[in-house]
Amino acid sequence: MQDLLYFFQQLVNGLTIGSTYALIAIGYTMVYGIIGMINFAHGEIYMIGAYTALITITGLATLGVTWLPLVLIVALICAMIVSSAMGWAVERVAYRPVRGRHRLIPLISAIGMSIFLQNYVHLAQGSRNIGFPALIHGGFTFGSSDTFQAQISYMQITIFITTLICMTALSVFISRSRTGRACRAVSQDLGMANLLGIDTNRIISATFVIGAALAAVAGLLLGMYYGSIDPLFGFIAGLKAFTAAVLGGIGSIPGAMLGGLILGVGESMTSGYLSGEYKDVVSFGLLILILLFKPTGLLGKPEVEKI
Amino acid sequence: MLVLENVHTHYGKIEALHGVSVEVNQGEIVSLIGANGAGKTTLLMTVCGSPQASSGSVFLEGRDITHAPTASIMRSGIAIVPEGRRVFSGLTVEENLHMGGFFNSKAEIRKSQDHVYELFPRLKEREQQRAGTMSGGEQQMLAIGRALMSKPRMIILDEPSLGLAPIVIQQIFEIIGQLREEGITVFLVEQNAHQALSLADRGYVLETGRIRLHDTGANLLANPDVRNAYLGG
Repeated sequence: MQDLLYFFQQLVNGLTIGSTYALIAIGYTMVYGIIGMINFAHGEIYMIGAYTALITITGLATLGVTWLPLVLIVALICAMIVSSAMGWAVERVAYRPVRGRHRLIPLISAIGMSIFLQNYVHLAQGSRNIGFPALIHGGFTFGSSDTFQAQISYMQITIFITTLICMTALSVFISRSRTGRACRAVSQDLGMANLLGIDTNRIISATFVIGAALAAVAGLLLGMYYGSIDPLFGFIAGLKAFTAAVLGGIGSIPGAMLGGLILGVGESMTSGYLSGEYKDVVSFGLLILILLFKPTGLLGKPEVEKI
Repeated sequence: MLVLENVHTHYGKIEALHGVSVEVNQGEIVSLIGANGAGKTTLLMTVCGSPQASSGSVFLEGRDITHAPTASIMRSGIAIVPEGRRVFSGLTVEENLHMGGFFNSKAEIRKSQDHVYELFPRLKEREQQRAGTMSGGEQQMLAIGRALMSKPRMIILDEPSLGLAPIVIQQIFEIIGQLREEGITVFLVEQNAHQALSLADRGYVLETGRIRLHDTGANLLANPDVRNAYLGG
């Protein structure tokens, strides 16, 4: 019973973290699906989302606004707006001018953008880590007090429900809406979509904006979950989400969701049964394995050369 | 309707079209024939602005579109059925059609869709099927249907018969004849020269980036040079 509770605890922790990885991974996978490049500045967009949320929460507290749902929703909306604007601007400034060149050129441009944004936040907000108020306290406890107790915090539940809502909304948007259909068409054959009169640049911008907005949601949630943020906050999360995207099959949105959850659970199981020190080894080991044995990822489709 | 004046087109440093002039009048079917690599597809794609002509001019209904972006050209009453069909393989038949009518209202889409299903009843049967799982002929029907969804005044077809069974080719050419009756101007590129010229009001013969011959479809069919080169003697 106790072992089961312990396992359950690790599973809950893993799914919590994994669902936020998935949120960030969607941004990588959508951009890759459409223009075939890895947006290495995506982790920074997420970090900026977390900072914006923190600034908004602090600002609201100064104004005396303390009603929790209002604070969270305002922080969420501000973070999404600022991150989306950033995602849009990054594409315009750093990617569009070099689109269609050799693949390495946008990649270098992306890494440059990532370094620039990190240092910008260093300068603007300082390089020390800043405490992020938890805001959501308490939770459910399972098991008797003299043995191991499994805990699901309200924070974890919030993370889970929020990501679930975001992903459902995204899935409906992609599969049902007119713009979502255009996104899928553009990702399959950009040139043909252009030949149907579709302004593919606008669809590409929309992809960056959607990815950035979801990353901002993850920024707020993980900021609260971890309790502190710093300008390097986006770096490791970005790498993990990228791993999740590759794991699930880069270019596939369900793949990004699945990859995120697998990675999160894998990490928490490693922490729980082995040691926390090994969790990054496991995630990046998983990345290497998948690249070696199934480079298209779990749900990715191999590229077929059509005649 | 469509006028190309002394158009030169480059791919990088290589010139693929060396000063081509072509005219397609309202309500006509004009066929462009030529061997592989003659520049037929390049000519059609230059009309669509991808790539753009490096010199010369392209006019669509009197408007100079030589330097217009592809997306805006394709929204001005012209539609293309490209080489290799290029249906969106992961989208359903219906979704593909809706992509074709992207800029029309829901009511217009509904109407065009019914019309396309009338022309190609097979597409109606496959409405919810992914385009990539269909046969070549069905995909070609879908590509034509998708082009019709925007209610174009002119349609460009690039090798619509390529790789299809004879019975399907017959059907495709019948549909092309039907398009003319609906008042749609047709600019057709074909390797299947006999069919293309029989159907056409006028034809052009393109050889290594230059127009060699230009005459009515019937005259070209009777021309001994054309017979030797493109109709198997």
